[in-house]
Amino acid sequence: MSNVIEVRHLYKNYQTAAGAFPVLKDVNLIVERGDYVAIMGPSGSGKSTFMNILGCLDRPTAGEYLLDGHQVSLLGGNALAQLRNKTIGFVFQGFNLLARSTLLDNVALPLVYSGVDKRTRHEKAEQVLTKVGLGGYLNSRPNQISGGQQQRVAIARALINDPRLILADEPTGNLDSKTSEEIMQLFDGLNSEGISIVLVTHEHDIAEHAKRQVRFLDGKIVHDSYAQPAVMEVN
Amino acid sequence: MFTAMLGEAWHAMGANRMRTFLTMLGMMIGVGAVVMMMAIGEGAQQSIKKSISSMGSNLFIVLSGPPNTAGARSATGNALSLNVKDADAIAELDGIAAVAPVTMGSAQVIYAGNNWNTAVIGTMPSYMEIRDWVIDNGYVFSNSDIRSATRVALIGKTTADNLFGDDTDPVGKTIRIKQSPFIIVGVLNPKGQSLDGRDQDDTIIVPLTTAQRKLFGNQLPGTVRMILVQAESDKAMPQAEEDINSLLRQRHNIREGSDSDFSVRNLTAIANTAAETTRTMALLLGAIASISLLVGGIGIMNIMLVSVTERTREIGIRMAIGARERDILLQFLLEAFVISIVGCVIGILIGVGGAMLVKNFAGTDTVVTTESITLAFAVAASVGIFFGFYPARKAARLNPIEALRYQ
Repeated sequence: MSNVIEVRHLYKNYQTAAGAFPVLKDVNLIVERGDYVAIMGPSGSGKSTFMNILGCLDRPTAGEYLLDGHQVSLLGGNALAQLRNKTIGFVFQGFNLLARSTLLDNVALPLVYSGVDKRTRHEKAEQVLTKVGLGGYLNSRPNQISGGQQQRVAIARALINDPRLILADEPTGNLDSKTSEEIMQLFDGLNSEGISIVLVTHEHDIAEHAKRQVRFLDGKIVHDSYAQPAVMEVN
Repeated sequence: MFTAMLGEAWHAMGANRMRTFLTMLGMMIGVGAVVMMMAIGEGAQQSIKKSISSMGSNLFIVLSGPPNTAGARSATGNALSLNVKDADAIAELDGIAAVAPVTMGSAQVIYAGNNWNTAVIGTMPSYMEIRDWVIDNGYVFSNSDIRSATRVALIGKTTADNLFGDDTDPVGKTIRIKQSPFIIVGVLNPKGQSLDGRDQDDTIIVPLTTAQRKLFGNQLPGTVRMILVQAESDKAMPQAEEDINSLLRQRHNIREGSDSDFSVRNLTAIANTAAETTRTMALLLGAIASISLLVGGIGIMNIMLVSVTERTREIGIRMAIGARERDILLQFLLEAFVISIVGCVIGILIGVGGAMLVKNFAGTDTVVTTESITLAFAVAASVGIFFGFYPARKAARLNPIEALRYQ
């Protein structure tokens, strides 16, 4: 079972007043363990919807999605929550940290929902914060650190349950190019440790960090390759 | 997990102190009002109960004169239709425990330089048993005192205090009632207020015959103003009332269809009505106070709804990193619960303090019972859960994608 993601003939329609509106049309994608995929495409091409489905936050209208061998469409709400908790790590464009909590508590939060005791939670959180280079800011709050540092905290939070897969939705969208580069190097390092990464981005230099580029257009995958320059030419 | 959630709830409350305090205030006022009103109601009930038990149990009072139903009757007030023989006849009836004929009036009483106007009761020793009245000091006059119409008297606490002051023991002293000298043989144990608010201790009790001959001598010989009757039990009362009526009508030669020249009143029934009224009042007070508790609960619901909206994004984040629906539900429910419980505890303190203030400054008896505190606590906890549930469920059912997008 070496595939982290297997998506076959995936469809997603949104119900609108004018009737069903197709967002994803027959999407097929297989991500092997250790793969590093950048998803690109213009706004409205369906890549965000696709990421939501990959993240078990949304359900497809039709088609099959296997996450780490689990048939996601067969799972109930609690089982999906557990997948999000243990198998997936999320990194968002807007960092999405809890403003009131310390960095340590922010990073430890997923462990609260896995039922881990407080001491272990804090030990583990300290460990991953150190790993992303923020060991000295355990008790700071998100508004006391820079954007790049906040994204590192978010990555630490994604890592705390040792996920198979990290889903990152425009992780550098709010960062300057230098900081973006640092964050991407962090992702590169995680990938070399064997964690599969799927990220959505608009920027080609970001996408170049990935091994594989997938391009969405009008709800379909129009390009999928491990060769990088092709993407450059299309644009 | 649970302790972590409790910590989060505490944290969230601390993040918005003023709002949390105002929400709690609603709860505090509600619980405080319930505890205080129940204390006032309970105090009123207990003082009524005390009055009732001071009256004696299973009592009838037979009054001379026609019942005050119809219009004017000639010379009713002075026509003393009852006499001691009537009392003796009633005592022979089945189901009657004791009978005491009573004549009474007010009189000026003098001891040394002090004088005092008080109610003088002329009666038999059985009166003391019927009224459940005991002597603190001295002894009750006997039936032989009745036969020889001796000038002895029992004195109530209030009268004694006014005539003798605190230092003198009244027993053995001679007082003058309407110029006649009486020796005090006993001091009555204080009873406090009666149901109608009279001071029962402002009295002097003398033998019936002495009162008739020496004090209220212008009345028809042998007549009494009323007869106190004690039934053997609560159950015997209806039958006894009927028997007394028919016996006296027969003795007084009253024809079928004409009005009686006496009336029988069931004092115990009147007392029970009073107790029932107080109970209703206590319930009403509690019910009104409960409304403020309800309003407090609605306040919690309102604030929790605002809080859910404000923290929509946070809820989305939590869901994305693995919170189940019930984790979110529990988190918000716990927050509402903690607010109501903390508010409740402070409210109980306010209620108990308020009850003490009322007791000290308004002079009304208040009794805070553990039941009322337990009840307030239980109600507040359920109010917190009940009104917290809807917002918590709303939070738990949020769509994580929309919640994450919420600005």
